[in-house]
Amino acid sequence: MKILVAVKRVIDYNVQIRVKEDGTGVVTDNVKMSTNPPDDNAIEEAVKIKEAGKATEVVAITVGEEKAQETVRKALAVGADRGIHVKADGILEPLAVSKILQKIVEKEKPDLVFMGKQAIDDDCNQTGQMLSALLNWPQATFASKIDVKDKKLEVTREIDEGLETIEINVPAIVTCDLRLNEPRYASLPNIMKAKKKPIEEISASDLSIDTSPRVEQIKVEEPPKRKAGIKVANVAELVQKLKNEAKVI
Amino acid sequence: MSRESMEYDVVIIGGGPSGLATAIKLKQLDSNLNVCLLEKASEIGAHILSGNVFETRALDELLPNWRELNSPIKTKVTKEKFLFLGKTKSLSWPTWLLPAVQQNHKNYIISLANLCRWLAEQAEGLGVEIFPGFPASEILYNDDGSVKGVATQDMGIDKEGNKKDSFEPGIELLGKVTVFAEGCRGHLGKQLIQKFELNKGKDPQQYGIGFKEIWEIEDKNHEEGLVMHTAGWPLDNNTYGGSFMYHAENKQVFLGYVIGLDYKNPHLSPYDEFQRFKTHPAIKKIIEGGKRISYGARALIEGGFQSLPKMFMPGALLVGCDAGTLNMPKIKGSHTAMKSGMIAAETINEHLKENKDLSLYENKFKDSWLYKELFEARNVKPSFSWGLILGIIFTGIDQILFRGKLPFTLKHKHADHETLKPANQMPKIDYPKYDNLITFDKTSSVYLTGTNHADNQPVHLKLKDPDLPINYTLEKFDEPAQRYCPAGVYEVQKENDINKFVINSQNCIHCKTCDIKEPSQNITWVTPEGSGGPRYGNM
Repeated sequence: MKILVAVKRVIDYNVQIRVKEDGTGVVTDNVKMSTNPPDDNAIEEAVKIKEAGKATEVVAITVGEEKAQETVRKALAVGADRGIHVKADGILEPLAVSKILQKIVEKEKPDLVFMGKQAIDDDCNQTGQMLSALLNWPQATFASKIDVKDKKLEVTREIDEGLETIEINVPAIVTCDLRLNEPRYASLPNIMKAKKKPIEEISASDLSIDTSPRVEQIKVEEPPKRKAGIKVANVAELVQKLKNEAKVI
Repeated sequence: MSRESMEYDVVIIGGGPSGLATAIKLKQLDSNLNVCLLEKASEIGAHILSGNVFETRALDELLPNWRELNSPIKTKVTKEKFLFLGKTKSLSWPTWLLPAVQQNHKNYIISLANLCRWLAEQAEGLGVEIFPGFPASEILYNDDGSVKGVATQDMGIDKEGNKKDSFEPGIELLGKVTVFAEGCRGHLGKQLIQKFELNKGKDPQQYGIGFKEIWEIEDKNHEEGLVMHTAGWPLDNNTYGGSFMYHAENKQVFLGYVIGLDYKNPHLSPYDEFQRFKTHPAIKKIIEGGKRISYGARALIEGGFQSLPKMFMPGALLVGCDAGTLNMPKIKGSHTAMKSGMIAAETINEHLKENKDLSLYENKFKDSWLYKELFEARNVKPSFSWGLILGIIFTGIDQILFRGKLPFTLKHKHADHETLKPANQMPKIDYPKYDNLITFDKTSSVYLTGTNHADNQPVHLKLKDPDLPINYTLEKFDEPAQRYCPAGVYEVQKENDINKFVINSQNCIHCKTCDIKEPSQNITWVTPEGSGGPRYGNM
């Protein structure tokens, strides 16, 4: 079994996001970037499945600018066998990314495609689902547990009401939740070895896919500043203020 | 449990200007040398903090074609100001009356973090292996006592010291020569200085704490290329310090404050002095209406020539601020750090090829412009122990009339941890409230640093005696850690009327001030798990 894992380069989760003054986006200059956190879980799970002898190859793929390759390199350092970097500049919407992934899936013929449940930059939570529709493959989203059974997957999903366990046929798409596993550290010798693993570079335009945005972004702005709270002496005062000042009850 | 080991010709600890210059120079001298460089930050530059007005002298020698290599050195200094601040007034000092070392018209306003990222690209292009996210936590020795290399920090250890599922043991990196380039108060450099008695016969080392904020200011207040320094308010005549404000590109100003850690009053809060400084009319009018986008702090090394330890030992060299090559009157350490690294690289190359002793480093150092610079600068910092006014008068005579050639050398008398007076003998300082426009509390400041340490790991700020803070330091000095820490790591909390010393180590921005200033030297800074600490952008 072969697993394709999609990883995305995003602003590091520790960085405080700043909106550009002209409202055209967020500041990415001089900002630390790293792999989208749930994508790390996706890689970890694929590598674990391979280590358990249930998969033969783990291929990491990213779509994006030149430096996005760092995320593939990191995936190689924690156990992926080889990488693919589809080069594309500018804003990439989930539809464009899933169309690119579709082409790669047709070429690579994996049995499973893993990715994070959503990216922490745009929070779209769409790529996995769109890819599933494009390929007409079953999907299991928000996976917090994956059991590989012969030609089938048993997947536990994190949903609002609790946990849902489903069984789907392979080939399939799985989007991974942060609770799926604890990603391992890349060890120094493995980082060295990863430098020698192959990364195939493909240009998005060679796949003849139109990656131009379909959504027009009008404005990006910071959330309004939270106003300072007040302290109330007792319940009566609280109720009175909720009624007369906040007018919520 | 045995660790894996990897062998190199040269192992360099630290990806700042000195370490990177060492690496680049080594590969230029011999491209076949195997060189690796470890950095504790998540990426090169993420733990770098500096003003910075950059003198290109060392870079001109290292990469003479740097202008063609798309370097981040772009904003030339166009104008200079020096102000003496009173509480509300300011007096401009004519720049022609400044000593030559403080004139910057040939220099550039840069982000040192970005310079380091660019230097790292150059180094990698030459074949240096750079590993960010791997702190060197331990020095390894050969049987004959010489330095053999370092071990990286184990990863995946929980608070109690047990191995987690994700445990990944450290790696031993063995070098024919190991170069320590950790910057000011490197935690391994400190051990080496002690073990090999490198500071024998030298004056005690002197430190400062430097703060920096980056502001995006209104167009009308921005003057790209302007370099401004101040002395005076809010510090009193007896406390050594001053400010910098550099107008960089993209409407940014780099605003900072440096205070000597030899201050005496335990009630003094360096952080609050910096915040208060920004409320001075001469400063406030520039940043008002702007937005603070970054914050950070780092200790810097100020002892200079008199305190400079021996920089070689069997199997290893110290470079840059790990030894203390900063030029205090110039307020610059980047070009000197780089030069020390380049000299180290030449030494190592001859050591490996011709079997020359590493003590060659000292001879090469003495023959270089770096030595001349530090020698001529030597008397400035100690003269300020007489106070600001006498310090300035002396510095004028020493630097302008005699150009550093006076036939005597002033001494640094005390280590910084010895200078605090008991709290009850010193005046309390009433700092103004933060207005959240110009001045901010520590919590919101630390938030801007992007600092994180993986939770559930051992506290990396070790107390030699865990009871000392409450039983002694609180009583005698009102526990100054609460104030000298720029990140709010240390707190004294009252629980059921019992005082408790709390260490919020996840807030630590790796400035090392506690390791320096704690009056009993009770706090030791050790490396946390890799990638921990701040994520500075263009600091």
